[in-house]
Amino acid sequence: MLSIKNLHVSVGDKPILKGINLEIKAGEIHAIMGPNGSGKSTLSHVLSGKSGYTVTEGSVTYQGKDLIEMAPDIRAREGVFLAFQYPVEIPGVSNVYLLKAALNAIRKHHGEPEVDAMDFLTLVKEKVRLLEMDEKFLYRAVNEGFSGGEKKRNEILQMAILEPKLCILDETDSGLDIDALKIVSEGVNSLRSPERSFVMVTHYQRLLDYIKPDYVHVLAHGQIVKSGGPELALELEEKGYSWLEEQVAA
Amino acid sequence: MSAVTASRYPAEYESIAPLLPGQNLPWLQQLRSEALQAFSAKGFPSPREEEWRYTNVSGIEKKLFSVPASQADSEVDDWLKAYQLADAWSVVLVNGRFSAELSTLNGLPDGVSILSLADALATQAAQVQSHLGQAVANSEHGFVAFNTAWFSDGLFVHVPPKQVLAKPIQLLHIVTQADALATTRNTIIIDESAQASVVETFVGADNAYLTAAVTEVFVGQNADLTLYKMQSESEKAYHFGGIYIKQERDARFAHHNFAFGGLLARSDIHADLGHASECVLNGLYLGVKRQHIDNHTRINHLKPYGISRETYKGVLDDKARGVFQGRVIVFEDAQKTDSQMNNRNLLLSVDAEVDTKPQLEIYADDVKCGHGVTVGQLDDKSVFYLQSRCIDEETARNMLTFAFANEMVDKISIKSLHDNVLEQVLARFPQQGVDKEWL
Repeated sequence: MLSIKNLHVSVGDKPILKGINLEIKAGEIHAIMGPNGSGKSTLSHVLSGKSGYTVTEGSVTYQGKDLIEMAPDIRAREGVFLAFQYPVEIPGVSNVYLLKAALNAIRKHHGEPEVDAMDFLTLVKEKVRLLEMDEKFLYRAVNEGFSGGEKKRNEILQMAILEPKLCILDETDSGLDIDALKIVSEGVNSLRSPERSFVMVTHYQRLLDYIKPDYVHVLAHGQIVKSGGPELALELEEKGYSWLEEQVAA
Repeated sequence: MSAVTASRYPAEYESIAPLLPGQNLPWLQQLRSEALQAFSAKGFPSPREEEWRYTNVSGIEKKLFSVPASQADSEVDDWLKAYQLADAWSVVLVNGRFSAELSTLNGLPDGVSILSLADALATQAAQVQSHLGQAVANSEHGFVAFNTAWFSDGLFVHVPPKQVLAKPIQLLHIVTQADALATTRNTIIIDESAQASVVETFVGADNAYLTAAVTEVFVGQNADLTLYKMQSESEKAYHFGGIYIKQERDARFAHHNFAFGGLLARSDIHADLGHASECVLNGLYLGVKRQHIDNHTRINHLKPYGISRETYKGVLDDKARGVFQGRVIVFEDAQKTDSQMNNRNLLLSVDAEVDTKPQLEIYADDVKCGHGVTVGQLDDKSVFYLQSRCIDEETARNMLTFAFANEMVDKISIKSLHDNVLEQVLARFPQQGVDKEWL
C-alpha cells in the first residue's frame, strides 16, 4: 500500500525528517508516536501533499505510484485521506455541499458518473448515524462554530463517506474527551477492512486502547527510533519518550 | 490642463431637448434649464473632487454618447428571458424609454401607481413635481445635474399609506444600441406604514454605452422599502447610478447593491435618516479584467435613535479595481445613533486593486458607532483543506470565493431575484460536481 524509503524532508533550510523508512501493507494499522516536535505532523502533511515541505531525499510510493509527484487533490482521489489535527473552518460552504463535490471528484477521477442525489443522501445519513451526529450538521458550514470534538467527528464522517484506502489520522485523539474519543474510535474501527490501511499519528497512548494497532513506531528527532507491536505503546506509557530520545542523541 | 474641461454634451442639448418628456410643464422646463446650466458650468465630476478621487470618468467625454432616436426594441427577448422577474410588476425601459408592451403592470391594487415617469408627468404631474429633485440637488455633482437635464424617462412608484405590496416591482433597464446614452430618472414614494420592494436591473448589449440613472426614494413614516440594484451592464459600458433616500421617522430602508458589470461603474447611495429610522446598506462588487467599480455611500444620521448597518464585500481579479467610500455622519442632534460599517475585500490577483475609505464623522456624544475594513487573499489553509477533500485547486479557490460572495446573495429575500443573482455569481466562480441546492 505505502512504502516510505529513506525520506528526508526540510522546511526551508531546516531538516525535519531525516531518513524515515516505513512499509505499510493493506489492512494494517500503524501508530506513529513521539514527543512534540519529533516530526509526526510533518510526516502526515508530506503524505497528504501540503505545500511548504521539500523532499530532499528518498521516496514515497503509494500503490506503486510516486506519491510526492501527485497534487493533493489527486492523492485524495486516489484514496489518501488526511484527518486534520486542526480541521479548517470553511464559512459559507456547507458539509453536504463539500461532501458531494468531493464524492463526485472521486467518481469522475475513476470515470464514473456523478452520484445520484437520493443514493448520496442515504449514504450520508447512514454515516451521520454511525458517528452519532445530528443531521443538522450536514447543512451547517464546514467546521464553523463546531466544538473540538465535533470537528474531529466531522473528519471521521468525511472519511466514512469518501471511503479512502489509506487513512492518515493526525492527532485525531488530541483534545477529545473520553465520550468523543469512543465515538471517533468506533467510527474508525467500523472502517477497518483488509483493503484499508491506517496511519495513526498520536501523542497519547490512550487512543491505542480503543483502536488496536498492528505496529507502533516511535519517532524522535526526525527518525523512527523504535518499532514494535502494541506492547511498545504500553512501554512508552510507563517510561515516556525520554529514554528513546536519549538513545538517538547518544 | 484647465481647471474644468468643458463638456461636449451641452452643445448637443438643443437637438435632444424636444425628445424629452414634460415639454408642456414650465416647472420642469425650469428645472431642466437650471440643471443644464449647472452641468455646463462644471461638467462631469473630476478626480480633483475628493469624492471622485479614485474614479476618472473622462472616457465619457471622449466617446460622445447620444440619445437614441427611437426605442429600437427589436432584440430584447434574451434580456427579458434572462432578467425579467417572474411574479413581479415590471417597468421595462429600452434605451432609456418605456416600453408598455414589454412591461407587466396588470392587477395593481387600488391607489398604487407604478408607471413610467413620462406617463406620470402626463397624468399626475403635481405628485412628480413635489418629489423630483427633492432628495438630491443638481449641485450634488455633474451626473445629477446631467440626469435632471437629460432624463428621457424612468420609473415612477407611489404606494399609498398602509398598502403592503404583495409583489416586488422591477425596473428593467436595457440598453441595446451602441454608443447610446440612457438617462433615466426614477421616483419612488412609499407613504406612511406602507411596504414595498423594488428591484433595479441594469443590463445591456456587448457595446459601449452610458447609463446615467438617478433614483430618488421617499420612505414615509414607519414605512418599509427594500431596494435591490442588479448592475450587470456590458463590460464596455459606463454606468452611473445615484440613489438618494429620504427616510422619515421610524422608516426602514434596506438596499442590496450587486455591482458586477460595466467597464466603469459608479454607484452613489445616500440616505438621510429621520428619528429612529433604520438603514441597511449591503453591497457586493465583483470585478474582472480592467473593470473599475466604485461604490460611494453616505449615511446621514440627522435625528436620534437611528440605526444603520452597512456591509460591502468586494472580489477583484485580473487588473480590476474596486473603490469603496463609505461615509457615516452623525449629526449633533442624532444622539443614541447605532451605526456599524464593514468593508471586506478579496483580491484574487496581484494586479487587482481596491481603494477603501470608510469615514465616520460624529458630532453627537452618546452614540455607538464602529467600522472595519479588511483586504486579503484566499487562505492557503482553506484551499489545502478542500484539496485534501479531492477538490481540484481551481474549484477549491472558486468555492471559497463564492462562499465569500454568497453571504451577500443570501440576503436577497425575493426568490426569483436570488436565483438570478446566484446564477451570475456561480457563473463567475464555477465549481465541479456540486449541488447548488445545498448552498
